[in-house]
Parts: sequence; structure tokens; C-alpha cells
Amino acid sequence: MTTTTLAVLVPLLPFLGAAAGLLLGRTAPGFVRPVAVLPTLASLVLAVLVAARQGGGAAVDAATELTPTGSVPVELALHIDGFAALVAVLVGTVATCVQIYSTGYLREDPRYPSYAALVSLFTSAMLLVVYSGDLMVLLVGWEVMGICSYFLVGHYWETPEARAASLKAFLVTKLGDVPFLIGLFALAADAGSFRITRVLAAVAHGGLAHPTLIALLLLAGVAGKSAQFPLHTWLPDAMAGPTPVSALIHAATMVAAGVYFTARLLPLFEASRAAMVVLAVMAAVTMAGSALAALAQDDIKRVLAYSTIGQLGYMSGALAVGDRSAAVFHLLTHGAFKALLFLAAGAVIHAAGTNSLAAMSRMSGLRDRVPDAYWTMTVALLALAAIPPFSGFFSKETVLGAAEHVTAGHTGHAPGAAGWIVLVAGLLTALLTAAYATRLWLLAFRGRGVEAPDHGRQPLSMTVVLWVLAVPSLALGGFAFRLLPDWFDGTSLAPALTTSVLGTGLALAGGIVTYGAWRHTTALAARPPLGAVAAHPQADAAQVEAEAIASHRPAYGTLAAAPDPADPGRLLLGPLHRHAALGFHLDAVYTALFVRPVRAGASLVRFLDREVVDTYVRGAGAVPRLLGAAVRRAQTGNVQTYVSALLAGTVVLAVAAVLVATGA
Amino acid sequence: MTPALTTAAATAAATPTAADGHGFLSPSGVEIAFLLVGLVTLGAALVTVTTRQLVHAALWLVVALGGLAVEYLLLTAEFIAWVQVLIYVGSVVVLLLFGLMLTKAPIGRSPDADSGNRWAALTVAVAAAAALVWVVVDAFRTTWIDLDGAAAGSTRVTGASLFRNWVLPFEALSVLLLAALVGAIVLSRKAKATTTAPAAAAATPETPATSPSPAAPAADGTPGAKEGAR
Amino acid sequence: MHLAYPAVLSALLFCTGLYGVLARRNAILVLMSVELMLNAVNLNLVAFDVWLSKAARETLHSGQALTLFTITIAAAEIGIGLAIVLAVYRNRGTSDIDKLRDTAEGRAPDGPDGPDSTDRTALTAEETEKAEATA
Repeated sequence: MTTTTLAVLVPLLPFLGAAAGLLLGRTAPGFVRPVAVLPTLASLVLAVLVAARQGGGAAVDAATELTPTGSVPVELALHIDGFAALVAVLVGTVATCVQIYSTGYLREDPRYPSYAALVSLFTSAMLLVVYSGDLMVLLVGWEVMGICSYFLVGHYWETPEARAASLKAFLVTKLGDVPFLIGLFALAADAGSFRITRVLAAVAHGGLAHPTLIALLLLAGVAGKSAQFPLHTWLPDAMAGPTPVSALIHAATMVAAGVYFTARLLPLFEASRAAMVVLAVMAAVTMAGSALAALAQDDIKRVLAYSTIGQLGYMSGALAVGDRSAAVFHLLTHGAFKALLFLAAGAVIHAAGTNSLAAMSRMSGLRDRVPDAYWTMTVALLALAAIPPFSGFFSKETVLGAAEHVTAGHTGHAPGAAGWIVLVAGLLTALLTAAYATRLWLLAFRGRGVEAPDHGRQPLSMTVVLWVLAVPSLALGGFAFRLLPDWFDGTSLAPALTTSVLGTGLALAGGIVTYGAWRHTTALAARPPLGAVAAHPQADAAQVEAEAIASHRPAYGTLAAAPDPADPGRLLLGPLHRHAALGFHLDAVYTALFVRPVRAGASLVRFLDREVVDTYVRGAGAVPRLLGAAVRRAQTGNVQTYVSALLAGTVVLAVAAVLVATGA
Repeated sequence: MTPALTTAAATAAATPTAADGHGFLSPSGVEIAFLLVGLVTLGAALVTVTTRQLVHAALWLVVALGGLAVEYLLLTAEFIAWVQVLIYVGSVVVLLLFGLMLTKAPIGRSPDADSGNRWAALTVAVAAAAALVWVVVDAFRTTWIDLDGAAAGSTRVTGASLFRNWVLPFEALSVLLLAALVGAIVLSRKAKATTTAPAAAAATPETPATSPSPAAPAADGTPGAKEGAR
Repeated sequence: MHLAYPAVLSALLFCTGLYGVLARRNAILVLMSVELMLNAVNLNLVAFDVWLSKAARETLHSGQALTLFTITIAAAEIGIGLAIVLAVYRNRGTSDIDKLRDTAEGRAPDGPDGPDSTDRTALTAEETEKAEATA
């Protein structure tokens, strides 16, 4: 088989798996699990094969035009360069892990067949985005991911949080997708093609008339999909979905799509210095803000969600300084360790019966209940905090190094201001990231209090996956930074000394400060355990999680934070804690800016419809009704009245006829 | 209403011969007689439709119909006039009086003889009268009937025309009368069959006693009308 | 004689009968009014027949023949009409036309044997009243 055929099969197999899963879900439940796992696994194998064949050499390009589509042709095109090949491998790996993990996690869920099919569809859409060489085809995958995320985040649709979160995820990403679509049309109109290669060629020859406008429009879509400020608010709320879905969305698919898209079209963005600065500011605000917010969250998954936003900020920062190798490198390592973090967090939530860090900090021995999750999560948190030699260290240092490179003015394609913004924000975020990683680890695994409940061992499908993902979290960075330049643009990914020392130092400082704060506050943890514990801790993981999420708001009054004096984040953030817990009131701002006007407009339209338009309709109906009532009154039943009317009419007609006949 | 009057009127009308020279201001004797009888007839008819005493209405109808018979005579239609007297005055009015009595119409003034529809009826009637009179006068104010010569409607003439030109309709009419006869009987008998049960169940003890009785005279009266018509 | 005299008289008689048909309450009086209208038409027919038989040498005498037919039919009509009125009177206890309002809008259709129970009691009360009046 040619590389093209293999590459076509990669997105096609999960799609077929999804179709089969949806069809077989009710009739043949025994086939659901193989149909969910095997196509994804096969597609992973094929993606690895494609990557091996491509080997970092010249990009594989293939296109076929099914039907003429007007002035700008839409083609089924593949464009597989090193980035695409490796990201596809990452997507395949994470999706396979998630599918295997889900078989254990949603063991008893009655909606597992549709869930697995949607995950397969999601994977297929992401692979389509990764491999597609045509922007319209890419958009198809992009939007399919949007609708799949809506369904998957709303998997526990019995809870109001999940319903609200799925709607929010859909609407906020759509808010970005509309400008994105317009940007794509503008781009195609300028470049004369939807093919990425032709677009890039047009950019290279300066063939774009409005690069800034197009870049900014596209950035809106990227911000929505990749959860960048100010369209990131859907991501923390999307934690209302099942944990494997969170892992899939956050590590490899949905949020990665935006960064990946920007990386693909980076020359386009580089054509506009304004867009690069906007991207840099966006990345910086996202990084620092999300790290602060992560420090204040109580839900373990929300901490990870904000950390995802922050890490995506790093990737956007790398793109803002024009280094897409660094961005995709960080995308790869982050995909591995963030998937691991989420899957391990799922195991922890199952074991603890709660998703609240405040409740976990009052349980002792949780790490003995889930040793696999404990160790792998430790590895992943170290990678997140960018401690050498874990993989996160290398990729993050690449980003910081690229930013530092730009500040020094060595590159012409990125403005120096962008470099400074990214560098400062990145270093600050490194400190904060280490702080919240440490806090998470301490609160989850170093709790004191009652013994954690024992539910027996986690299913094998859940623990094996953790160790599989722990390997790249541990070692991918160290091994890959020498190999990846061959696949990517060729720029060196080796860590620079200055930024390494600076970043690692700040990370260690953040960790130590948090430890100190924790030692200071842990004396307050002697209070009885707080609420937010699942009602059926013996049930399967998915049900435990759903119940834990549902009980969080009744117990603490909010989804995000807990009134826990033992929280070191509260001490560290001080008065900022209250605002950080609520995501710096961005939801309130949105409520004021968008929700209220839209509601007011809706009520205005309702008023106009009911009172104005309906009045005409009712008026139009009232006249015949009045006429009908009048005619009904004439129906007296008195024959003489009828005859009178008849004869009166006859007389009138006769007189009229006579008048006409005589010409009077 | 005697033949003498008729001939007197005829001779009085015989003097003006030309059709054009007759003005309304110089009426002939026949015209005066016609006018006077016509006024009586119209007055009787008006009383018929307005009086509150139902039996009086029937009696005034006799006057109106009799007046019409005189008018026929004045128009030299003798046979029609006698048929009119025979059938209408002789049988139809008697039949109507029977009907009034069988339906227990109150004797004396009944305050509710007219329905609430009166004013509408009056409007329609006056409008129709105005329109008709206007049209008729407009159309025929110069037309003159020459009443001289042989009577236009003597029994001989009428009989000849009836049995020479109108035999078939005449026989068809006899079938129609037969049908009416049968119909009247059927109506009466059916009503009798259906009303006995509810009438027996009715609260008033008088109803069963009275209900069979109207049927028999009605059935009897109808053939009488037929005979009269023949 | 001017043709206008019988023509106007017949028109006025017709309209008098018309008024009677429309305004009278008792069905038998309505029948009388119908007779008046028929006679008005008869007068018209005779007058025109006389005029035409003299003026146009018309010998069919269709007007007079039609008058005879009309008289015959009127007799039949009065017979059948009276039979109907009597039947109605027997069923409803009244021959007042404006009380026969079964076809009025908003009125529940009556059962096979006449008006519903409340109507029936009202009518029987009226019936007794009338019986007393005649007696």
C-alpha cells in the first residue's frame, strides 16, 4: 500500500468504527468494545507506519477533486509533513489509550456504545484535521469535533452542570468558528485555493491582500478551539464530562487542533506582525491567568483543565515567536503527560469517591489505594512542572528558548515585543505551574485524616494505560529533542542554558514555596472532612464521577472552589484567590456583554412577535370572526326572517336590473 | 256583483274606442267601477293581513276574493270569475276556517297575531310595492284594453281553448291533484301514527283526546278541496 | 280600460299578501296571505289575457288557462299546507311560525320525537293554556 492509501485509512478506520458502533450498539453489545478499540488501534499502527514512511522527508501531497465546486475548488487533499505525521501518532496513541481506559471506566454505563462511537468519531475528525491538505476538508473535521465535544461533554446529561457545560462548549467554540469560517473564505478568496500548499505559496509570494484581517479572523477560531483567552471559558466547565473525554479533548484532539492549525499556517500569521503580537498577548494572558486560576481550583479536574489552558498558552506563545517546531514539540509532550494526568485523575476520583481536593486532603492513604495512579501522576506532574529530565522540561525550555531568541532580535519573522511578552509570561507561568502542580500532588496524595475507602484494585484496562502513557511523559522530551528537528523545520530543539536554569529555578522555587505554604496550612486540615462525596463509591468509575460532580455545588456552593482553610493556594494567592477561583469573573463579563443583550434581544423579539405581529394576525382573525358572529346571529331559525331577507334582496336586484335596463 | 252591473260597465266602457285618446283624468265607467271595487278588494286584503282577530281575517279574505271575482267580471272573464267564487269563496276559505278551528286559534282579539318581523316585512312589502307599481305604471300607462265585442273569457271561449289547446296540461294537472290528495292523506296518517305514542306519554290528559281528531277532518277536508277544484 | 288599473291593483294585492306572509305569526294566516298573492297573480294573468286576446288576436287564451291551473294548484296547496300545519300543531302544540326555530344557530338538534324535555314542558304548558282559551 502506498503511503497515501495508508494515510487515507488512518482517519477512515475510526470513522467506520464509529458508524459500526452506532449501528451495532443495541443489537450486538458484545461487539461494542472491540469495535471501539480495534479501529483506533489499527489507525494508530497505520499512523506510525505513515510516520515511518514519511520519515521527516518531503511532505506527502495527494489530492483528488470529486466534483467541481465553483470558482474556488474544494479538493480531498492530504498534506503530510513531519508535523502531521507525528501529531497523528500522538492522536492515535492518546485515542487508543482513552478507548482502552474507557472500557474499564464506563464499565457499567448503559450509554457506553454511543459514547465509544462518538469518541471514535472524534478521533477520526481530529485525524482528518491533522492530515487534511485542504482547508475546507479541515473545517469539516474541525466542526465534527465541535459537535462530538458537545455530545461527549454532555454525556452525564442527567446533571444540570453537564448540560450547561456541553452547551457552553458548543456555543463558545462556535463563537470562534464563525469568524474562523469568514477568515477561511477571505483566505481562499485571496489565495484562490483552499489547498494549504497553494495558500502557503501565495503567502510566500506576498499574494495576500489582507493578511492581518485574515490572520485575526482565523485567530478567533483558534482561540475558541484551543481555549485561549478570551474564549477559554468553556474548557474548565467541560470537566463535567467523563474523565476519558477530558483526556481526549485536552491532550490530543480538540484543543490541539487550534494550535496545530496555526502551526500549519504559521507563515500566514507571520505575514502580519499585528497578528503575531495579538497572538503573543493572547498567549501571555492565557498562560498567567490560567495558572493563577489553577492554583485556586478545588476540583482536581478543573486544576488540570486550567493547566491545559496554560500549556496551550505556551504553544501559542511559541507560535507567536514564530517557532512552530517548539509549539508542536510541546504539543506532543503535553499530549502525553496531560492524557496521563487526566486518566490518573480519573482513577483517583474513583478511588477517593470525590473530585474535591479539599475532601482528598482529609483522606490518608489514598496513594496506597491507587499506587499506579500515584506514581504515574507524580511523573506527569513533574513533567507538567518542567522539572528535568521529564519531557515537559525539554519542550517548555524550547518554547522559552525560542522566545529568548526573538528578544535578542535574531529572527526577522517575529516582532521582538512578542518575544518579551512570551518570555516574561512563560517564566511567570513556570513558577505558577510548579506551584499548582505541587499543590495538587500534596493535597491529593499527602492528605491526613480518615483512611481512604478501599474499593479494591482499579481495572487492569485503566492501570496499564497509565504506565503506557508514563513512558513518553518521562522520556519523550529527552530522547526526542535530538530527533525531532529532522521531522520539523530543522531548528534546534536543544534546551538553552539561560532559560533552562531560569525556568527550572523558578519551577523549583514555586514548588518549594507551595510546600512551605502547605506545611503552614496543613495544621488547619484537622477539621472534619467536607462534603462532595459520591453516594455510591462502590459503583463504576463513571458513575462515581458523575455523582461527585453533581454533589460539588450543593456541598461548596460553586463548582470551582471550596471554602477550605487548609488550601495552600488560598494562602499563596491571598485576596486574589476569590477572583482566581471564578476564572477572574470572565463568565460574569460574558454574561454582561453577550448573554444579557442576547436575552434582552430575544425578549424584545418575543415581545414584537407576540404583541405586534400577533396583533395583526389576531386582528385579521377577529374581523372574520366578528363577521361570522354577525352572520350567525342572522341564523335565527325564523323562516319569515329568511324570506324577508330573500325578498328584500330580490327587490333590490329587481330595482337594480330595471335601473340598468332603462339606463337610469 | 251581478251580471247587470257587468253589462252596465261594459256599455259604459264601450263609448271610447280609440286606444290612444284615453286619459287617466277622464275615466270611463268601467274604470270607475273597477277602481271602486279594486279599492274595496285592496282594503279587505289589507284588513286580512293586519287584523288581530283570526276568524275575521278569514272573513275579510272572503271579501277580497269576492272583489277579485267582480274584477274578473269587469274584465269580461266570466268563467274565471265563477270558478273563483266557487273554489275560493266556497271551499278554500271554508277549509281555512276549519284549519283555524282545528288548531284552536283563539276567537276574538289575539295580541300576538303579528310576529316581531313586522317592520322588516312592512319595509320589504312597501319597497316591493313601490318598485312594482313604478315599473308597471311606467310600462303600461298607455296600454288600453278594448273591452268591446265578444267577452274574452266566456265559458264557451274558455272551454274551447282549454280543451282544444290545453288538454294535456289539464290532464297532467289532474294527476297533480291526485298526488296532492294522496300526499295530504299520507301526511295526516303518518302524523297520527307517530304522535300517538308521545301524545299518550304527554302530561296533559287532553292531548291524546284531541290528537286523533284533527287528523280525520284534515283528511276529509283535503278531498273536498280536490272536488272543489275540479 | 287602462291596463294600468288591474296591473297596479294586482301589484298592490301581491305586496299586501307579501306583507302578510312575512308578518303573520299564525301559519294559517300565512296561508291566507299566500292565497292573496296567488290571486294577485291571477288578476294579472286575466287582465293581460283579455288585453292580448283583443289587441293581438291571440286565441290560445293562455292567461285564462293558466289562471285556472293556478286556482287548481292553489287549492291543492291549501290542502297540503293545512295538513302540514295540522301535523305541526299536533307535534308541537302550536302553529306559530316564529316558534318553530329548530334550525336556529346554537340550538341543539331535537330528538326524533320533537323538542327536548324543557321545550316540551314549556309547550305543554302553552298547550293547556290554549286549550283553556278555546274552551
